[in-house]
Amino acid sequence: MDTESTYSGYSYYSGRSRGSHRHGERSRDRDGHKCVTINTAPGEPLLRDPSGGEQVQDDTWGETTTAVTGTSDHSVSQEDVVRITKDLEDSVGVDCRGYLTRVLAVVLGLLVLLTPLAFLVLPHVLWPEKLQSCGTACEGLFISVAFKLLILVLAVWALFFRPDRATLPRVHVFRALLGGLVLLLVLSYWLFYGVRILDPQEENYLGVVQYAVSLVDVLLFIHYLAVVLLELRQIQTIFSVSVTRSTDGHTRTYSLGTLSVQRAALVIIEHYYCDFPIHNPALLSASKTRAAKHLDGLKVYSVDGELSAEGPGNPAAAGLSHSQSRAMIAAAARRRDSAHNELYYEEAEHERRVRKRRARLVVAVEEAFTHIKRLQEEEQKKKGGGEAIDPQEAAQVMDPREAAQAVFPSMARALQKFLRTTKQQHLHSMESIQRHLAFCVSTNMTPKAFLQSFLSPGPTLQYEPHHWTRQWTLVSEASVTSSIKEGSTFLLKTTDYSLVVTVQRVPYVSLDEEYQDPKDHKFVLRLQSETSV
Amino acid sequence: MSQNFVPGQPVSVVTQRIEIQKLQHGDHLILGFSIGGGIDQDPSQNPFSEDKADKGIYVTRISAGGPADVAGLRMGDKIMQVNGWDMTMMTHDQARKRLTKKKENVVRLLVTRKSLEDAVKHSMCSYPKQIQAKPGFKD
Repeated sequence: MDTESTYSGYSYYSGRSRGSHRHGERSRDRDGHKCVTINTAPGEPLLRDPSGGEQVQDDTWGETTTAVTGTSDHSVSQEDVVRITKDLEDSVGVDCRGYLTRVLAVVLGLLVLLTPLAFLVLPHVLWPEKLQSCGTACEGLFISVAFKLLILVLAVWALFFRPDRATLPRVHVFRALLGGLVLLLVLSYWLFYGVRILDPQEENYLGVVQYAVSLVDVLLFIHYLAVVLLELRQIQTIFSVSVTRSTDGHTRTYSLGTLSVQRAALVIIEHYYCDFPIHNPALLSASKTRAAKHLDGLKVYSVDGELSAEGPGNPAAAGLSHSQSRAMIAAAARRRDSAHNELYYEEAEHERRVRKRRARLVVAVEEAFTHIKRLQEEEQKKKGGGEAIDPQEAAQVMDPREAAQAVFPSMARALQKFLRTTKQQHLHSMESIQRHLAFCVSTNMTPKAFLQSFLSPGPTLQYEPHHWTRQWTLVSEASVTSSIKEGSTFLLKTTDYSLVVTVQRVPYVSLDEEYQDPKDHKFVLRLQSETSV
Repeated sequence: MSQNFVPGQPVSVVTQRIEIQKLQHGDHLILGFSIGGGIDQDPSQNPFSEDKADKGIYVTRISAGGPADVAGLRMGDKIMQVNGWDMTMMTHDQARKRLTKKKENVVRLLVTRKSLEDAVKHSMCSYPKQIQAKPGFKD
């Protein structure tokens, strides 16, 4: 899975706002077309505008409103220029950076691996005559060098040479530091070697071998440091982050150690794919229509005052007076009174409908599954009997996919109706349903198990890959390479929704001990009896 | 009973003398009421006591028309003395034994109840003359 995040730190946002002075926030489509949104300059209420803040163009709209239009044939607006250059930067920048890091990593790895070997081999090559013969201790150290190098290679492979999970906006600070440290170490060893061993052509080979062994030891210790910095620190429970999805408020909490903001964001996105139910825009339409109704209720009819303002839907030309605003609020309140009633009955009705369809679906699926079971049992009975299977019945023996295709039509209608009622029909295609059915049949699952993936929305990964959002933007006030702190918040934006992340520190716990002797468990009966005298 | 009950310390309450004649019922004598409480019982379950640490003997039930009812005993009374014997520090069984002695035909109880205290207070406030409360004390 390839997740890409575009660079979006604080400086980028300020640059954006600098380049587009009077424009408000604009939205972008995935394909790069600009949406036509008409914004007034900030501070001007929508209602005061005589030419209307609606999305309908009228003749005078260009005079008072500032609009962001799509590109015309012959002009390239400034935002397009910015966007194009940024895209270029992104594509070239990311590739360039990834390529560069890989090259650097390989070079460093080779350097690290070959340096001890070079230390050992060079004396033999350059001054073989002067060299003391290698005694027992020295040869023993050869084995030690060999094994330590092998362990180092395996350890480096285990820790670093893994397929990239993601592209992060900024450099991974700890890796860069460790790479720098290793480079520094190797260079200083080479320097010492060159000055004190190569130049005077040192004869004591044992010393040289010990020097090489010490280098490998230090490299192993640096690897230990890398394990602690890169892997262990993030496993401790130091912070508790709560992640909320902006569209439906679904919240979960995770525990993290000390991490930089970008790495924390990556961890959270990976958890999001596994834990959060899939984002379903169809479920949000109800609240949007309600919000639209609220706005409708805010229309003010000015009966007295402006003569030209009579008629439905004509907003007041003059500014809002106190009485008008009060009337507006009263109208809105009255509308709200009926709105909650509507909502209640609508939801009750919807619930009833869903339950009815669900009942029909369950019955249809159970019936379909009984058909399939019978075929399998008959087949097994025949095979157990040792009789030859006639060709006609052999033709009826089907593999799971064919069996699924055979029984699918009987439940297709009920399933489709149910999915339409719960607004999930775009998440399941016929292909995927049949595939799921074949899988359930082949693994001996019950109808209830088959239905579970349809009855409630599952995590994002359960559905087709084209539903997965891979493009995320990290919006953060603090620098993304700084570590998360108590109270830091950041936003993970994608096209349809965003995840709001807040960080809280897990409090310091003071744990006391109290010894309880097993013999201390003693009980008495306390009664209140009544005696008649 | 209005003071906090501290076991072992003298108490000062308003009491009433009640004399009950035992009634022959079958082959034993009965008094016509039930008692609850005692130093071996759980005082917090006593519905009649004001102070839930009070482990005294209380009258929990009175059979209507029985000797106790006729004599003026009321439900919820705390029995302070029976025939001169103190009942404030008695186990339940000891109290029962004190009340059901076969050789005694009559029991003279000193009982106290809240309404007595209230009545005395009320009368002390209403009349200018001070009426001393009769303290009940342990022997």
